Amino acid sequence: MSTEKNTEPAAKDASQLRQKRMIADHFERLSRAKEEGKKVVYTFVPGNLTELIRSLDLLPVLPEINALQSGMRKLSGAYIAEAEKAGHSEDVCTYVKCDIGMMKSGNIGPTGTKLPEPDLLLLSYTGCFTFMKWFELLREEYNCPVVMLHVPYQPDGRITDEMRKYVVDQLEREVIPALERVAGKKLDMNDLARRLELSHRAEDDLVAVWESARNRPSPIDGYFGGVYYIGPIFSAFRGTEDAVAYYSELRAEVDERVRQKLGPTTPDGLAMEEKFRLVVEGPPNWTNFHDFWRMFSREGATVVSSTYTRVGGLYDTGFRHNPEHPLDSLADYCLGCYTNLGLPSRTQLLERYIKDYQADGFLINSVKSCNSFSAGQLLVLRELEKRTGVPGGFIESDLVDPRYFGKANIENRLQSYMQMLDARKGKVAS
Amino acid sequence: MNDQPSTGAAGDPAAELLTRARRLSDDLSFGAVRDWKAGHPGRLAVGYMPIYAPRPLLEAIGCLPVAVFGGGDQLDIIRGDSYFQSYICHIPRSKVELAVSGRLDLFDGMLFPSICDVIRNLGGMWAMLFPDRYGAYLDLPQNFDPELGGRFYAGELRRIAGGLRERGALPLDDDALRDAIVRENTRREVLEELDELRCREPWRVRASEAYLVARAGGVLEADAHTKFIREFLDAAREREARVYDNVRVVIRGSFCEQPPFGLIKTLEAAGCDIVDDDFQLGLRSIEGPIQLEEGQDPLDALARAYVLNGAPTASRYIGELVKGASLIKQVRNANAEGVIFAAASFCDPALLDQPMLEAALDREKIPHTSLKFSENTGQFQVIREQAGAFSDAVKLWGSAA
Repeated sequence: MSTEKNTEPAAKDASQLRQKRMIADHFERLSRAKEEGKKVVYTFVPGNLTELIRSLDLLPVLPEINALQSGMRKLSGAYIAEAEKAGHSEDVCTYVKCDIGMMKSGNIGPTGTKLPEPDLLLLSYTGCFTFMKWFELLREEYNCPVVMLHVPYQPDGRITDEMRKYVVDQLEREVIPALERVAGKKLDMNDLARRLELSHRAEDDLVAVWESARNRPSPIDGYFGGVYYIGPIFSAFRGTEDAVAYYSELRAEVDERVRQKLGPTTPDGLAMEEKFRLVVEGPPNWTNFHDFWRMFSREGATVVSSTYTRVGGLYDTGFRHNPEHPLDSLADYCLGCYTNLGLPSRTQLLERYIKDYQADGFLINSVKSCNSFSAGQLLVLRELEKRTGVPGGFIESDLVDPRYFGKANIENRLQSYMQMLDARKGKVAS
Repeated sequence: MNDQPSTGAAGDPAAELLTRARRLSDDLSFGAVRDWKAGHPGRLAVGYMPIYAPRPLLEAIGCLPVAVFGGGDQLDIIRGDSYFQSYICHIPRSKVELAVSGRLDLFDGMLFPSICDVIRNLGGMWAMLFPDRYGAYLDLPQNFDPELGGRFYAGELRRIAGGLRERGALPLDDDALRDAIVRENTRREVLEELDELRCREPWRVRASEAYLVARAGGVLEADAHTKFIREFLDAAREREARVYDNVRVVIRGSFCEQPPFGLIKTLEAAGCDIVDDDFQLGLRSIEGPIQLEEGQDPLDALARAYVLNGAPTASRYIGELVKGASLIKQVRNANAEGVIFAAASFCDPALLDQPMLEAALDREKIPHTSLKFSENTGQFQVIREQAGAFSDAVKLWGSAA
């Protein structure tokens, strides 16, 4: 039941090339950081405070990004083995073990250059308990200060004044002073506001890109392609002119694809057919990312929306960084990341995606490493089927541990699932 | 190694109390809670997931706080397993099993403290499975400045009290909360007495016995538990006890999921005197008494006690403290010769903490070994052999090597 394979090579869009340059430049800057006297802050993607970091002329390093890059470059298996050899349990998060293993193996970053040691560990504790342990582990390895931002969880999908105040107070009294001490200068609130304005603009364009998937065919893949789209805004570039230029360019490319009624780019070139529209919950597997993607694209399945692409910020429910209220808006950003939402809110969001994007099915990729995502997903599956009447599929893999990617097993499951969707479509049509 | 008298042997003045403690711990129909509710019409029983819940707050608003530890090794998990992937720890399975089988129907509310992502998400599952029942996520602060984390936590406590008030709990009253704090402090005093006796004379009070006596408090009000512990202490002091040449160990597992009782007995049978532990961590989550000054807002006192005197656990951010320092202090204070790490399988907090604690012990040349369990583990032979080899090695060579 495979669709016809596109034989055209997968040409890179201008926005992709721009992103590649941005990332290379960033890692290049990181590699020179120590000799140039630049200070480096390690922090996490969800709840990242990039505008603040950048306003103080500091350079961010995001260990999850390094881990996933190591996964894509087939390095994570050895790093994980290194960490397990040092006593880390096989049961725990493989991002953590990959990072620890990478550090023990010389801390060579994704572009092949050595990453600088941190001058500060900024623990943005948002939506993932493991973050806390991760930086406790790194604290044992690096001789640098740690500052913690405790972001309350949203069990009811509601940000209260108390939650916001708690986060803002921590920013004012602990996080900003800690960043200023490392930077050796005071925060310029005007510069922060300027950066938040840039964030706002990039966020508008990103949301337009996400929502373009309402078209038929969808011009984007909102999961596999989506992880590239979120790259700049979830990592080191939110609040920069570079990010604004990237998202503006990306949006123009996507608009053009809509105009031409083109589907998304896949690892094998342009998608030739949109047979199934899917919503995906859960992070992707990184060790076999392109194999995994092809399991969808070769069956004519396009992912029209996904929750993983919302872990670093949930912009399509209306949130934007607000230069008028810098700290409140940073607090709301941190509080609103996807994994910081209670299961009922997450389910509601998925239901909305399935309906709004007219999905034929939804799939949960349950990753062993991430309890924040995974615990409760089987209930979410049942609930979504009940609420939407759309059938769900369930597969299991891992983030960066190649031992947990059973290619044949996952492929079989996906094919069976899509055969079922196909049969269902036939029934609906008849 | 030696087999020592089992809990509640004939002629033991503490036997009857231990039998009662075991019954209270094992009773998955929560008979004691039913009895309490029958004796206190209109009052609420509020369950909470491990590790910690502010019991004095609940008592102050007329509720019975009940530690719902899970199904242990007595519950066949049938439906619970269908809600979780194989790599999720065991305790949420048994919680869901208890809930969907109706065993938790008698509870008027359920609290889910923020100890890990699994229990956090379990709170969300509860809301989806039982939308009409009261369930609340209790966000324990990870910032320990009283003006930041303390104030936030006091707000959380008010929110919980308010939510339960809507379900029929008494309004939060300062005097009632002061009294509840005093009662909790008294309970803590006698628990410490129990710990001290067990540590000083582990042949007189075995860890397995202390475990049961402490755990019985999970379904009792503070006063009732205090009385029970005192009765046990009196009985234990009257016991005829024989000294054994065992190795003195501390158990560390960041216990949310409780080990099967058989596991504790197995470690004892393998020649280990467990002189300190963190089995029922919630009862000791605040170190020392809750300080309550004259005229102080008692809610503020409760919140301050948590942020300023919270015991270091795997679920609590280390902050400015030194990782492993509290464990080393525990070992030294208990005059222990080694540490056994016993973490629940797939327990992120415990397992992520463990390498740091092991490193700290290595620096101090304190022997240690580690094992994993599930609350329903039924085979202990391997554990007995491992613990036996560990205790022999420590006895013979003073190290686990």
